[in-house]
Amino acid sequence: MINDDTIVALATPSGAGAIAVIRLSGDDAIVIADTCFQSIKSEKTLSNQKTHTIHLGHIVEDGRTIDEVLVSIFKNPNSYTGENVVEISCHGSNYIQQEIIQLFLRKGCRMATAGEFTLRAFLNGKLDLSQAEAVADLISSDNEASHQIAMQQMRGGFSSEIAKLREELLNFASLIELELDFAEEDVEFADRTQFKELIERIRFVLKRLIDSFAVGNVIKNGIPVAIVGEPNVGKSTLLNALLNEERAIVSEIAGTTRDTIEDEISIGGIGFRFIDTAGIRETKDVVESIGIKKTFEKIDQAQVVVYLFESDVVSNDHMKSNTIRVEIEKIRNKYPLKPLLVIANKVDKISENQQLKLDDTLSKIEGSSFMFISAKQNIGVDALKQQLLSYVNTGALRNNDTIITNSRHYDSLIKAFEEVERVREGLESGLSGDLLAIDIRQALYHFGEITGEISNDDLLGNIFANFCIGK
Amino acid sequence: MFNEVYDVIVVGAGHAGSEAAAAAANMGSKTLLVTMNLQNIAQMSCNPAMGGIAKGQIVREIDALGGYSGIVSDTSAIQFKMLNKSKGPAMWSPRVQSDRMRFAEDWRMLLEGTANLDFYQEMVSGLLVEGGKVVGVRTSLGIQIKGKSVVLTNGTFLNGLIHIGDKNFGGGRAGERAATGITEQLVDLGFDSGRMKTGTPPRVDGRSLDFSKMSEQPGDENPEKFSYLKATRPLTKQRACHMTYTSLEVHDLLREGFDRSPMFNGRIKSLGPRYCPSIEDKINRFADKDRHQLFIEPEGWNTCEVYVNGFSTSLPEDVQFKALRSVVGFENVKFFRPGYAIEYDYFPPTQLKHTLETKIVQGLYFAGQINGTTGYEEAASQGLMAGINASLKVNEKDAFTLKRDEAYIGVLIDDLITKGTEEPYRMFTSRAEYRTLLRQDNADLRLTPKGFELGLASENRLRRMEEKHQAAKNFVSFFETTSVKPEEINPILESKKSAKVNQSGKLFKVFARPNIDMADIRKVESVESYIQDHNLDREIIEQAEIQVKYAGYIAKEKNNADKLTRLEYVKIPEGFDYSQIKSMSFEAREKLKNIQPTTVSQASRISGVSPNDISVLLVYMGR
Repeated sequence: MINDDTIVALATPSGAGAIAVIRLSGDDAIVIADTCFQSIKSEKTLSNQKTHTIHLGHIVEDGRTIDEVLVSIFKNPNSYTGENVVEISCHGSNYIQQEIIQLFLRKGCRMATAGEFTLRAFLNGKLDLSQAEAVADLISSDNEASHQIAMQQMRGGFSSEIAKLREELLNFASLIELELDFAEEDVEFADRTQFKELIERIRFVLKRLIDSFAVGNVIKNGIPVAIVGEPNVGKSTLLNALLNEERAIVSEIAGTTRDTIEDEISIGGIGFRFIDTAGIRETKDVVESIGIKKTFEKIDQAQVVVYLFESDVVSNDHMKSNTIRVEIEKIRNKYPLKPLLVIANKVDKISENQQLKLDDTLSKIEGSSFMFISAKQNIGVDALKQQLLSYVNTGALRNNDTIITNSRHYDSLIKAFEEVERVREGLESGLSGDLLAIDIRQALYHFGEITGEISNDDLLGNIFANFCIGK
Repeated sequence: MFNEVYDVIVVGAGHAGSEAAAAAANMGSKTLLVTMNLQNIAQMSCNPAMGGIAKGQIVREIDALGGYSGIVSDTSAIQFKMLNKSKGPAMWSPRVQSDRMRFAEDWRMLLEGTANLDFYQEMVSGLLVEGGKVVGVRTSLGIQIKGKSVVLTNGTFLNGLIHIGDKNFGGGRAGERAATGITEQLVDLGFDSGRMKTGTPPRVDGRSLDFSKMSEQPGDENPEKFSYLKATRPLTKQRACHMTYTSLEVHDLLREGFDRSPMFNGRIKSLGPRYCPSIEDKINRFADKDRHQLFIEPEGWNTCEVYVNGFSTSLPEDVQFKALRSVVGFENVKFFRPGYAIEYDYFPPTQLKHTLETKIVQGLYFAGQINGTTGYEEAASQGLMAGINASLKVNEKDAFTLKRDEAYIGVLIDDLITKGTEEPYRMFTSRAEYRTLLRQDNADLRLTPKGFELGLASENRLRRMEEKHQAAKNFVSFFETTSVKPEEINPILESKKSAKVNQSGKLFKVFARPNIDMADIRKVESVESYIQDHNLDREIIEQAEIQVKYAGYIAKEKNNADKLTRLEYVKIPEGFDYSQIKSMSFEAREKLKNIQPTTVSQASRISGVSPNDISVLLVYMGR
């Protein structure tokens, strides 16, 4: 695997868009681009241009112009991959993208394999392991918060925090070694009180990082919200209102939506994953009771439960109103700690009196919030968004704290924490330094797994296999 | 005079040379030991002691493989101590004070009793090399001795230069001349050479000292020994060492000579060991310390000569004398020999393979200080390994190497050839990442089967090891299978402030508690009667105790060793072209090119090769 060839690939998602970016990387990237580029004004050649410059011109082949493009030049080593890189912004039709890429392939480029740009960046020392992983996260991040974390990680924020701890622990480990190897001499012993303090500090930081995984994971994958409600109470309309565009199919016929809608919607920069469920109405029907069981399974996984019903139906049917109350309380009792939001949809279809009456009976259920909306008329949708956001503990995010999203890092942190815990116990019981050292070395090993200070061949395989083409 | 072709010619008869010669001869190779002075075989040039922390483990390993250092250390011992006994078993380190003259005599007798071994006294002035292969040596008389392989163990003799104050003169050791010719020839052959420095303290007349003013440092009450063989016996009487301290007055007197110190006036340019500093170095670097320990060690059973450990110096002899007279107990001291520093040539050991054969000249092996190490034990173990491998190569057999999780000897050689060394290299337990596995109590278990296979360790040695470990294993399973009632164990637990038990349980569980030791558990009737019935000796009892009490740590370390040595199996092809990996740092490429590691694991240990470089290497290796 010697990278002396020049690779090309589409850097933007495949499919038509307004514009697309095609990237070349390798020794000959600029030379090859030159053979197909004609500057719009002067007779300039890209090879003579400075690094980090943009040039307007045409991609031409045998006198035929394919597209008008902007070409950005990054010269080795000051580029993403550390090689010569050319990025061509062309118009986004599939046809143009393919024409240009085919042209470069004919001119001597090779199609990049998955993750190859990032692999090259890594090989050229542009990224360390955790940064390379962050790139993968960055690409797949589709909301502001997860994007922010990935960016922070890519800049090295997280691994540098661990590297600092690792260094401190390493220093102490060497003090312990000193007293072991020079026991016969007049050396001072490593100060156990100071060491205990350090271990406490490390535990604190590790604990914070480990806890942040819950937040980080949620931010990365979206916060799961279960929507409980009978068919045709307006779940799709609600999602559309939140999405602010017509995406799910909405109709008046009950059961139009598929069994489960799982739609991710970004609200205030946080991803929410909405999981549709069947209702939980008591029934003797076998099939339906299976559905109810499923609903509860989904509520289990969710972090927020939304109970949705139609204001008009309930207001006009006393029996129904009671059923709803029972159902809400049932959820409440089963999941006392889960935020429960009761939403009366179609508020535009009931009178003010009916509103008051509903509010009176339903807003008093302890441990739940109640609100009116009309998804169709866009009434109360903003308030709903705010309400959903209030369930998310974004304190850590706002404070710009380090957040763990990568489960490999999470595993290493957990393991490091267990070892540090053992070191603490050993210190408490006055364990001999040579035995303490075993646990310390293991903790260092797990820190190293994060910072890349030790190498592990499996690790690399996993990381690079997870890259999509382009970056 | 020399018509026959030797299999192995060993040049130098110190600790490395003696072990090399013994190993090669015992493996059946026709061996010649050439030394400048046959009166001085196996001299202890510095302190009269063997073993110590990490070094004691090495002596046990040499013994387990079938070398002689352990046996000689036992027969010439005047005091035994197990150091670090308060720490975990990996730290327990045997050390003896030796009778310097008896040590050399016993070695010579052992060598003379070794079949296949010839001796010759002369200075070797050069090697005979043909087509990149060594074919013998040339002596200063011009005699050519043919040999299929040569082990160089020149110690401090190559262009040795002795410094005392502003005087200096050629010499390999006090009273002995230096060896010349070899360095120059090796450099011509393409070897890199360097200079190192070491030093030794004055020897004084014990009759002139007032020991009543010093604190006595006796040996262990129940002394053990080095050799696993029954042939040697623990000491029944011992000689004590003494301890005293320097003072601010002593330091001031020493400082008066600093302007004439070759260390400080720039005359000595080479690097000495940081962890074995001269007294002038100590007071200069640790100026805030107002006293330093001095250990006064007898040089033997019968001699009155004593060694002033901690007072290594190359200050002028009059300064040494004046300063030492101010030390408590030394008011009337008489000198036998002043301390001195010595500079000598060494060859950066990255020029060697794991077998200690040089990469440049086939059949040529280096061992001991010529490789930049310090210490009798380090030298002896290299000599043993070089002798073994020279013998194997001549007989066209597979090389013998030890891995880092198998022996300190493995750690030592891997460090040397992978990292090289800028200062005299001494072994520490912290250099061994699998320290818990490399204990002095199990060196026989680790290495005797290998020694037996090589033809070095006797069958008797192997049987003894097997019996010991079988007996220990049986004793451990006795603890695992035997229960003890609360009535019997609770009083014992109570006396050790350990929580009482409510019901009968296996002895193992109680014994594994941190504050319960063998003395406690022996109070249980069934344990004591097991020991009596099976006639268990101390070694076996101790072995069982280690296996019960440290089982968790040992298992953990073993697990780590297995996990981390996976890279050991990723081989790098010989002559791998690193220059093609442009993404690697320049430094890493250069280092890898020079050292030519055989595995990715070894590559990762080279200083200047970063984890990132290793990741890149792995990607290139198709991993």
